[in-house]
Amino acid sequence: MARVSIRVPTPLRSFAGGRSETEVRAATVAEALERLTEQHGALRDHLFTEEGELRRFVNVYLGDRSIRNLGEGGVGLSDGDEIRIVPSIAGGAPVASPAAERSGAVDFSPDELRRYSRHLMIPEVGYGGQARLKAARVLLVGAGGLGSPAALYLAAAGVGTLGLVDRDVVDITNLQRQLLHDTDSVGAPKLDSARRRLEALNPEIDVRTFETRLISDNALEVLDGWDLVVDGSDNFPTRYLVNDACVFLGIPFVYGAIYRFEGQASLFGLEDGPCYRCLFPEPPPPGLVPSCADAGVLGVLPGIIGTVQAIEAVKLILGRGRPLSGRLLLFDALGMEFREVEVEKDPDCPVCGEHPTLTELIDYEVFCGLGAGASVDADVPSIGAEQLARWSRGGERYQLIDVREPYEWRICNLESAGARLIPLGELPEKIGELDREATLVLQCRSGSRSADAVRLLRREGFEDVFNLEGGILAWARDVDPSMPTY
Amino acid sequence: MSRIAARGMITVDVRFFAVLRERAGGERRRVELPGGSTVAALRAHLRERLPELPEGYAVAVGRAYAASEHVLEDGDEVALIPPVSGG
Ligand SMILES: [Zn+2]
Repeated sequence: MARVSIRVPTPLRSFAGGRSETEVRAATVAEALERLTEQHGALRDHLFTEEGELRRFVNVYLGDRSIRNLGEGGVGLSDGDEIRIVPSIAGGAPVASPAAERSGAVDFSPDELRRYSRHLMIPEVGYGGQARLKAARVLLVGAGGLGSPAALYLAAAGVGTLGLVDRDVVDITNLQRQLLHDTDSVGAPKLDSARRRLEALNPEIDVRTFETRLISDNALEVLDGWDLVVDGSDNFPTRYLVNDACVFLGIPFVYGAIYRFEGQASLFGLEDGPCYRCLFPEPPPPGLVPSCADAGVLGVLPGIIGTVQAIEAVKLILGRGRPLSGRLLLFDALGMEFREVEVEKDPDCPVCGEHPTLTELIDYEVFCGLGAGASVDADVPSIGAEQLARWSRGGERYQLIDVREPYEWRICNLESAGARLIPLGELPEKIGELDREATLVLQCRSGSRSADAVRLLRREGFEDVFNLEGGILAWARDVDPSMPTY
Repeated sequence: MSRIAARGMITVDVRFFAVLRERAGGERRRVELPGGSTVAALRAHLRERLPELPEGYAVAVGRAYAASEHVLEDGDEVALIPPVSGG
């Protein structure tokens, strides 16, 4: 006899005395489930048919292995094994499809029927499912890396009303991954190219655009009335704002986030499921988890994660399959590995817990440590671009060190202001080449790597060292607008 | 907590994700802790050994999210998952 634990899923816990985990002694999986139902008789009908077979919508896992047939008697148990009961919902949706009620009034033209014929053939979609898609209203926050594939697939799938929130203009650096936009749209609002692309792909749908930055003052108004939100934002304040606003409004949202070669996805905000804050109650200290602009990202990666988000949106609308709620999906492109982590609703969650302490939207910039005046690199002495320009013109004696990479130098540089390139990684070994008597100014793209360089030099005993605040981007903004940026 | 773990040390296999992988200088690290150590103790241990790891990451033991008070067992695979903002 092995001592094993059995995990009971949330919907069945009320039949197991409210417990999420029960320990039993058993030699086989079948025996373990037998012990479980002896302890909690009410569970038996939920797990087994009258014939004693596992019900169709109940999946049992031993570790990673799915046990469909309990007659697989050879499956011996060892001490510490974990058996998980996972409800699958094919054939019966535990989550009400938000668009279901409205779908009764939906009609299709012959052209539409042909357009969606490959959906109509699938029993899980069919006419009723396609009608739900057409009746559905999905809002995408961000028309960038994640928003692009998500919007394209949702438009193609026939989601009747697609909303897009974004305030950015298309930059040439976006085109490596943001498929909604093209080279001709550089410099124009992202929503213009997004609308053009989506309407060309599927003229049957209604595209609504909100050319604004989602903030506490407008979030409830913008998000209200949508069935579902797809979060493809690119910063922590917006992510916490989307979470809190969706929880307050009772709107589920499909989360996705990317970093270099890795991505995360989940479905948050379902009534029984966790929210983003159940997983990450507090934002990381500012500056420690870089964005795509600062860290770079593999261009194909948002194609995977954004598409996962689109699939979850479609499943939720159809009310089919097992939603990605209560699970965080982790994708690693380099290892080509998907794994998932179970995340439960945190009863102490400040927004979705039993006694929420947050009941209205807050200032998310301040919450994420990015509020007015709160500089990430406040500990580092800095000068502004205009001041450096004055020093340069006035013949001030200083040494300007650019700590970026050579390819960045080739895009734009401050050679005219006396810059010398020493990539950050080479700085420690080249410290001897720096003039300890001179005023040193460190510079990078946005001011974050050069702040690290200033800290390094100060630890090495340099005293007169400054960070060029905002990096070469600030120079391009304040001193030389003709300078190309990236 | 097993009796063996209570007496001696346990070893857990820590796996780093995304930015944590770069800061930790590798994908995995075996960490030895006193038996009965919690996730909070692991965090404190790592804070000391790897001060450059950003705080605020989530911890999963095996396949499930683990709260600070979760007691680690010998041989546990522990994933450290940072919040990621990119989109
Ligand atoms: Zn929550």
